[in-house]
Amino acid sequence: MSDSQDEVRAYTVRLELVDEPGELLRALHPIADNGGNLLSIFHERGNMTPRGHIPVEVDLEATPERFEDIVEALQAENFNIIQAGAERYSEALTIVLSGHLVNTDLSHTLSHIQEATEATVTDLSLSAPEGTEDVSSARLRLATEAGNADNALAAVREIAAEKELTVVEPLTAGGDA
Amino acid sequence: MKLAVLGAGAVGRSVAELAGDYGHTVTALADSSGAVVDGDGIDVDAALAAKEADGTVGSARPETALEAEYDALVEATPTTLGDAEPGFGHVEAALERDRHVVLANKGPVAERYADVRALERESAGDVLFEATVGGAMPVLSTIDDFDPEHITAARGVLNGTANFILSRMAAEGLGYEHVLAEAQDLGVAEADPTFDVEGTDAALKCVIVANVLAGERREYTLDDATVEGISSIPGSALELAQEDGRTIRLIGEVADGDVRVGPRLVPENAALSVSGTRNIVQLETEHAGRLNISGRGAGGPETASAVLADVGRLPEA
Ligand SMILES: NC(=O)c1ccc[n+]([C@@H]2O[C@H](COP(=O)([O-])OP(=O)(O)OC[C@H]3O[C@@H](n4cnc5c(N)ncnc54)[C@H](OP(=O)(O)O)[C@@H]3O)[C@@H](O)[C@H]2O)c1
Repeated sequence: MSDSQDEVRAYTVRLELVDEPGELLRALHPIADNGGNLLSIFHERGNMTPRGHIPVEVDLEATPERFEDIVEALQAENFNIIQAGAERYSEALTIVLSGHLVNTDLSHTLSHIQEATEATVTDLSLSAPEGTEDVSSARLRLATEAGNADNALAAVREIAAEKELTVVEPLTAGGDA
Repeated sequence: MKLAVLGAGAVGRSVAELAGDYGHTVTALADSSGAVVDGDGIDVDAALAAKEADGTVGSARPETALEAEYDALVEATPTTLGDAEPGFGHVEAALERDRHVVLANKGPVAERYADVRALERESAGDVLFEATVGGAMPVLSTIDDFDPEHITAARGVLNGTANFILSRMAAEGLGYEHVLAEAQDLGVAEADPTFDVEGTDAALKCVIVANVLAGERREYTLDDATVEGISSIPGSALELAQEDGRTIRLIGEVADGDVRVGPRLVPENAALSVSGTRNIVQLETEHAGRLNISGRGAGGPETASAVLADVGRLPEA
């Protein structure tokens, strides 16, 4: 990978927002104003930090120089930046979950997985040929930090065991074929 | 060489039948209730005809096969867990007489590897067990040729029954129970398929590979393996995998001191996604990249050919 200062790279910023209207927009301004290209925003509404803040995760693209400006601008606006880094999400994992997905609250399962694995679910497909009351399957793609795939899988296994779901994992590292 | 064959099931019978082809003489053949013994060579056809007609190969007590004249004992009694008996006792009896042992039975080397190696050290006889991993495929002899020290990991499809079921489910869009029943009709799955579909059989093979790779450093048994089977995989899971260019296979992995067996997503066109009852093992070598060995992982003559290849590797007494 080249270290060129002009190269656009992917970054993730985790912020804690005060629970007030307009806060999210206010946080996005410094990004756009400094030439960052927004990729996605994960707003964990209803999920408060112990200090009563709302965690938000923003994926963006920028050159390293512009990224520094963005972080400085956010700090100047008194935003609480928990983490800012390059290419946090550089490993994609595909897994299939099967079982009583709907009865065991799929959205809870997903948000649980995101929290526990520090990964983002970037893609979800559901197949419930017998209806949602019966056994169904979901294919998820998780974007996780480089080197974090094993931890992410371990967390998925634990959540699946709790909900009596079957996990079909990808092969572990090095086993791409 | 003179061979005493213990077990007259699919494997033992084939070994007895094919031994002559490989230049060996069967001097004893036993099943659970009887034996036939002759230092100059038994009449294999007659013994197998007797088994067909009366349910046993001969009227002598089974233990007389252990006391017979032989150079190598071929152990082809059922694989058992825990104490691995009666197989382990047969291994012990042969080694104490300074005879060689060739195993088809996975129990002794999966559950009591260190005990087997300890007995072997005290004996002039050797123990070989190519047939225990992947039937006809030369997995263990390849590991031996490359030297276990230069192999960093192994993974593969090691159970034909589970693989048959998964590949039929994917190809036909059928459910697990339906395909299992079909496999049982075809004789691909046993009446009680638990060992195969719950991953135990594949795990035993992985444990054996782990033991060979670890050498004297560490002993593995089935308890060290994390095992999941395929019986809870619905058709919808295979469908979602296929949409994404993948399929599901029951994969055994030995890497970084871990032995794991479970359903895994593999790219549909990958070497690992063999179909039907075919097996494959991939070895990661330190200096030569990845090695794929595939072929028939089970069957009487297939397994017997691996047994007889081992007999051929033994030093002449
Ligand atoms: N089949 C394969 O493709 C394959 C591949 C690799 C490894 N193996 C292993 O090879 C071994 C044999 O497999 P198989 O398919 O031939 O099994 P099998 O058809 O069940 O035959 C087992 C044989 O062992 C005999 N036996 C049981 N207890 C005995 C005792 N105490 N003394 C002497 N004989 C005894 C049985 O006698 P009766 O006939 O009187 O019941 C039977 O003839 C198993 O350990 C299996 O895991 C099999």
